Amino acid sequence: MEPIFHDLLAAGGGHAVAFYACSAVTIAAAILMVMKKNPVASVMWLVLSFIGLAGIYVTLQSYFIAVIQVLVYAGAIMVLFLFVIMLLNLRREDIAKMELPKVPFAGVIAAILFFVSVFLVIKASTPAFEKPVDALLGEPALAGDSVRAIGIPLFSQWLLPFEITSVLLLAAIVGAVALTKKKL
Amino acid sequence: MEIHIAHYLIVAGILFSIGLVGVVVRRNAIVVLMCLELMLNAANLVFVAFARMHGNMQGRIFVFFAITVAAAEAAVMLAIIIAVYRQRETVNTDDMDIMQG
Repeated sequence: MEPIFHDLLAAGGGHAVAFYACSAVTIAAAILMVMKKNPVASVMWLVLSFIGLAGIYVTLQSYFIAVIQVLVYAGAIMVLFLFVIMLLNLRREDIAKMELPKVPFAGVIAAILFFVSVFLVIKASTPAFEKPVDALLGEPALAGDSVRAIGIPLFSQWLLPFEITSVLLLAAIVGAVALTKKKL
Repeated sequence: MEIHIAHYLIVAGILFSIGLVGVVVRRNAIVVLMCLELMLNAANLVFVAFARMHGNMQGRIFVFFAITVAAAEAAVMLAIIIAVYRQRETVNTDDMDIMQG
């Protein structure tokens, strides 16, 4: 499966086309997510944005991350959001009250932040930065099976953080149940 | 057309900026939380791009952990929003001003 992706991306500017298409979808969906007044529509656009982001991860040869992006983010987390929105059952006038008054201020801050980050990206120059992505090291360990390549360090070098994550998830489950109980 | 790592970083910057605008502009607490998720994803994209640049796995493993933590964080934040809604019948951030001096 993965070598097919790899060949497709490498063939005649396929990488650039895939990158620009996925980026356009991701950014357009993100803008629509912020602009839509109805929170259900916002969730749907954010799901599309995350799927576009998964496509960007594929162009970076991070197939496993792309899969968990779709499964965990676009699947599980966004369903949780949708579920809570449906549960709260906001009335139409509640939604109408949520107008967008602070736009100029926010736009100025975001524009400054964006241009500073772009300036830093352009200013930073290391040898690897000059190379196009296709010419970077191909990661021989990654070419065949990226799940294996991510699993071995995860269960050897990063075993302790991995186990701590399970404790964190348990704490989150207990916390969520405790918070939503009617009487604490 | 050649794609450099810088292209990915600029896309991440755009996504982060959109998320920031959303956090400041929107008043629905759930949508604010969604914009926070978008900013988190922009940071994840930077991690994956640099992992690709250096040809190692550390950045990807960090993204793996970041997604796990984001799932836990989203669950707790939504529980808090439900608790606030029970108490005050609103998810509008302008109405959550009980701590205002």
